[in-house]
Amino acid sequence: MNITFEQPKIKESPNYLNIQYGWQSWLFTTDHKRIALLYLFSITAFFMIGGAFAVGMRLNLTSPHGLLFSPETYNKLFTMHGIIMIFFFLIPSIPAVLGNFLIPLMIGARDLAFPRINLLAGICIIGGVVAVAAVASGGVDTGWTFYAPFSTTYSNTHVIMTAVAVFVAGFSSILTGLNFIVTIHKMRAPGMTWFRLPLFVWSHYATSIIQVLGTPVVAITIVLLGLERLFHAGIFDPKLGGDPILFQHLFWFYSHPAVYIMILPGMGVISELITCFSHKAVFGYGFVAFSSVAIAILSFLVWGHHLFVSGQSMYAGMLFSLLSFMVAVPSAIKVFNWTATMYRGSISYDTPMLYAFGFIGLFTIGGLTGLFLATVAIDVLVTDTYFVLAHFHYTMVGGMVMAYLGGIHFWFPKITGRMYPEGWARFAALVVFVGFNLTFFPQFILGYLGMPRRYATYAPEFQSLNVLSSAGASILGVGYLIPMIYLAWAWNRGPRAPQNPWNAKGLEWEKSPSPPPTFNFDEMPVVTENAYNYGDESVHAAEARG
Amino acid sequence: MTHSIVPAKVYAGVWAVLIALTFTTVAVSKLELGEYNFIAAMTIAVIKGTLVVTFFMNLKQSSSMIRLFVAAGLFWLAIMFVFVLSDYFSRGWQPLGQWW
Ligand code: HEM
Ligand SMILES: [Cu+2]
Repeated sequence: MNITFEQPKIKESPNYLNIQYGWQSWLFTTDHKRIALLYLFSITAFFMIGGAFAVGMRLNLTSPHGLLFSPETYNKLFTMHGIIMIFFFLIPSIPAVLGNFLIPLMIGARDLAFPRINLLAGICIIGGVVAVAAVASGGVDTGWTFYAPFSTTYSNTHVIMTAVAVFVAGFSSILTGLNFIVTIHKMRAPGMTWFRLPLFVWSHYATSIIQVLGTPVVAITIVLLGLERLFHAGIFDPKLGGDPILFQHLFWFYSHPAVYIMILPGMGVISELITCFSHKAVFGYGFVAFSSVAIAILSFLVWGHHLFVSGQSMYAGMLFSLLSFMVAVPSAIKVFNWTATMYRGSISYDTPMLYAFGFIGLFTIGGLTGLFLATVAIDVLVTDTYFVLAHFHYTMVGGMVMAYLGGIHFWFPKITGRMYPEGWARFAALVVFVGFNLTFFPQFILGYLGMPRRYATYAPEFQSLNVLSSAGASILGVGYLIPMIYLAWAWNRGPRAPQNPWNAKGLEWEKSPSPPPTFNFDEMPVVTENAYNYGDESVHAAEARG
Repeated sequence: MTHSIVPAKVYAGVWAVLIALTFTTVAVSKLELGEYNFIAAMTIAVIKGTLVVTFFMNLKQSSSMIRLFVAAGLFWLAIMFVFVLSDYFSRGWQPLGQWW
């Protein structure tokens, strides 16, 4: 018998993607880069599921009477939308995907400090599968906030199953934060001092502090909720001597800091993008770094601004209002520093930079309207209206999702070893920006006019703005689908990426090939200069141009 | 990281104390002390927690960095209690009226 073996043609040098094949090599991997990709695909799936619920809501709201769904179904739609988007997409998004992939590369380490804990964290994201199972078996209708006593006593939907899902995902978050903290303390390459760390790493350090200190509280709160619902423990139910406002305190003790879990990593990405595409060092490195830590700490002191109208003492309300104003200061410092970084830089308008522009503008609107809401007298009027909805979508979708997309494009060559089509990418960034504003700006007006959130129907005079918002949402949806298509295409067919396509600074670009080998560096890097040492030539060139 | 070896006697001793405290908790709960029942139970729980962290989790032998992190955790817990209680204690206060 004549057997001929054909040698497979080796096109690529060995890297983390082609070193091993087969599903076990992915599901049981301890390589932080492969785990990052596992997260990438799972949270993309969750994003699409959460997005589908949003489509349902926006369709329903094209008619004042509710086009498609009963109020009961609508309640489930916004609940599942919120839970999936927040706990299974936004919280893991940048930390678990980009942070996981990049932190070891950026600090010059071979992996995270605890690779197996990282895998465990990755597996915990299947909490999301439990959540989806809860949806499939009938859904849940408490809102993503699970307020007692509705969640503990009255709701007859799958509260417990959803709570378990969130609980499990919480462990993913805690373990990731723990891993990052230890890694950043212990695994830095020689010469990589704290003040040479890229700002992306600083912002992840701050995020990790919140994850480790805050998430256990929400985990315990969920356990208490379960005890109350199953065994009538009497913690939140006033009939049994409990206090429903205690639930809100405990919930927001985590969930306000959690909004900074959702924005700080985005701010880290933006710092990297702005400096790279301005070809200039970040203005005021120390301020940007410490403002991340300041945000992490202050974010724990403001949660009561979610309780202004829920029976919290007026004096506590005043205190929380004051403190909420303070948390805007470090956020503003970042925005000013990014702007100052661009000043006299030689700016190029590649796709990641377009997303960074989008982030700065939209996050500023989101943050400033946060200050409106932190003013008790205004909040009393607009709380639980579309104004709040617009506020947090400007921060979370206009901020974090923009940063996520910008970061995915920026590091796509590093992650996949391929380039994406720049023309399509810029076009999509524009579509996302336009679609986003059409969707959410009308909601500021609607809320200001008094349209309450979380209802399936509304007064007829609000219809035109609602239709506008729904139309914008369809544009936004297209804006998200286009990148999914061309990125998937580029991953297989795109032109090969060089090691450092953007001429960026940073170990991941300068010292590691695209895609990186399993242990990141062929030889251990030694760091001899500060971050973002772009030199002054580019700036001088810009000055010469006038 | 360097761990100095802790003699097994220490672990056994701490374990015995923990068990004894558990029985104390049960015993105290049988007494009618009013709200002091709660305070006693919590005090014992805190002592037990401290023992576990100090000996079983080796805080005693740990670096000052680790101690800093433990302190931070406790500080955060304190933030939670202080602010939540600031609400509870001031809930009954009357508005000041026009005081300027
Ligand atoms: C600049 C600092 C910020 C301030 C002062 C602020 C203030 C507020 C206030 C007072 C509310 C409560 C409104 C109400 O329910 O009546 C609120 C709601 C909310 N904010 Fe912010 N915010 C800020 C930044 C952010 C960021 C960065 C995010 C997320 C990335 C965010 C996400 C949210 C969410 C999700 C809600 C609504 C929660 C709910 O009831 O479902 N906020 N914000
Ligand atoms: Cu908040």
